[in-house]
Amino acid sequence: MYQYDKYDQQMVDTRVAEFRDQVERRLAGNLTEDQFKPLRLMNGLYLQLHAYMLRVAIPYGTLNGKQMRMLGHIARKYDRDYGHFTTRQNIQYNWIKLEDAPDILADLASVEMHAIQTSGNCIRNISSDQYAGAAADEIADPRPWAEILRQWSSFHPEFSYLPRKFKIAVIASDEDRAAMRLHDIGIQLVHKDGELGAKFFVGGGMGRTPMIAPEIRDFVPADELISYAEACLRVYNRYGRRDNKYKARIKILVHELGKEEYTRQVEEEFAHMKTLGLNPPVEELARISEYFADPAFDTNASDDLDLSDPDFNLWVDQNTEEHKQAGYAIAVISLKPTSGIPGDASSAQIDLMADLAEQYSFDELRVTHSQNIVLPHVKKSDLYALWQKLDEAGLAPANLDLITDSIACPGLDYCSLANARSIPLAQKISERFADLGRQRELGELKLKISGCINACGHHHAGHIGILGVDRKGTENYQLLLGGSAAEDTSLAKITGPGFDEDGVIDAIETVTDLYLKERQEDERFIDTYRRVGMAAFKEAIYG
Amino acid sequence: MVEAIRFRDDDTHEEPAVSIEAFLDQSNATAVRIEAGEDARLLLPLLDRLALVEIDFPAFGDGRGYSAAQILREAGYNGELRASGDVLVDQIAYMRRCGFDAFAPDAPIDAKVMDEALGRYDEVYQATTDDRAPIWKLRHG
Repeated sequence: MYQYDKYDQQMVDTRVAEFRDQVERRLAGNLTEDQFKPLRLMNGLYLQLHAYMLRVAIPYGTLNGKQMRMLGHIARKYDRDYGHFTTRQNIQYNWIKLEDAPDILADLASVEMHAIQTSGNCIRNISSDQYAGAAADEIADPRPWAEILRQWSSFHPEFSYLPRKFKIAVIASDEDRAAMRLHDIGIQLVHKDGELGAKFFVGGGMGRTPMIAPEIRDFVPADELISYAEACLRVYNRYGRRDNKYKARIKILVHELGKEEYTRQVEEEFAHMKTLGLNPPVEELARISEYFADPAFDTNASDDLDLSDPDFNLWVDQNTEEHKQAGYAIAVISLKPTSGIPGDASSAQIDLMADLAEQYSFDELRVTHSQNIVLPHVKKSDLYALWQKLDEAGLAPANLDLITDSIACPGLDYCSLANARSIPLAQKISERFADLGRQRELGELKLKISGCINACGHHHAGHIGILGVDRKGTENYQLLLGGSAAEDTSLAKITGPGFDEDGVIDAIETVTDLYLKERQEDERFIDTYRRVGMAAFKEAIYG
Repeated sequence: MVEAIRFRDDDTHEEPAVSIEAFLDQSNATAVRIEAGEDARLLLPLLDRLALVEIDFPAFGDGRGYSAAQILREAGYNGELRASGDVLVDQIAYMRRCGFDAFAPDAPIDAKVMDEALGRYDEVYQATTDDRAPIWKLRHG
């Protein structure tokens, strides 16, 4: 994985010093909260319901054991002994003191990490496929491209006061595991005439007006990536709406201008940008790519697995994925135990995952947008030992992509924007559907819960989505069906009137019962829904 | 505390700036003011007439002026480029990178804090109109 050189290190070290100075000015009263707010936000520090929340960037979701252990250290020393892995492959801490924040950033910088631009109206952490470098179906590793974009977007002087936040994802396979088309810019690496380049999708997003990004260019060569991205951003910075924060994302601009007109303006800007010398040479991509070379796989590793332990068998079946290298597997650690808080991990669990990565996965971990952790390169002969250690630590729920592997936003328990709680609902659903046999019978089922219309819990993209709203002072939950964040991207639709907490869980049960009754052959829930249509599900729920 | 900041050696341009609309109608004006949201490219055919362009920031979070400044510098404008309005000390380094060389902030700025901020980062990641060599260039020569 990527390692900082002296320049990268100097940049994050300087940022720590800068933020320390800004915090001191704030604490001394020389900065008002209004003036301080954009500065702290550019460093990932939010003021939430009860305390400051710090969001730490995990670029394209990749980190090593040492970095992971530092995340555990921060949880122990500065927070309440846990951290929360997020849908943007980051981690956030919910109980931070402002005066500690500079020290935390210094600790992070010591392991080549930072919280730069994890909030604010700027280009956020670049996300990617959590199986990058390990997936059997990718045409190249997307992470060197993501790293080029990370460096370009860090401290970008022209694009740090955009109309609204800006999220970019990069993938390199037809199967989309990163919700690419629900980003402000989604990039898919593709080949054209033997050359590797980037296909651009612009104007996707969730939030209160969900949109699927249209493709605006089928190929951008590697040595024009930055000038094309700059062109996309400049049109947005100049013409994105600033009169209404709820209409300020680029998806609204692309929608209001129309894809053709937006594309025309970008192309015009691009023709100009190409002449400005904005692109790193291809040698820079080559330099970065070397860090992402395959680890030293054992080419004699066997694919044989002893699956006689039935619990291990279930875990292997559900939580491991095909690896590009024979004899290896991608192992997913589910952070979704029954009654747990989706995405939360204790410092002890974080430490253990760091140890296991070092021991079994060439010192690499990944964070997924569905709030789980991946060990990307595990030898199949090590899987049983790995599973036993995970199981002892409560880290072996065999529920990847099943109904209890839900995404949930922090909700009203933490968030100042939320209308309803998400976490207790996720917990109750995990209890109602705790039986693993029943979950497996239901098969792949993506359940996503947001505590308000800002959609941090991705409810628009859930096979089953839940949206918490406030109805006359009580929490009310609306049920949505039919969304997908995968390559078959679709937006979920609301079934009808909302429910209280128990009511919405009953409604989920009604919906899954109908699926079991209606499904044909090996249809997934989403397939049956698409074939049967909303009406039948509505009828079952509301009569 | 300072109220006007300038990084140019030439004399301050005294002529008051006029609106883009007025400038385009008047063949002898040499100073123009761009409001946020106005198209800086309208000035491109007339850059050699201009000695001062003032770009207004109605709120520090409104970043349109950064693109306006870059557009003018990319087109070769060499005159004074002044940021006015809600310009705060913590934005000045980025404004300098986008080509601003004069500042008329609504509220005075602490010169010491500004100097520290401007001197803080030794290197930069991106190529902009300030012509500093980006880190990728330092790596590859």
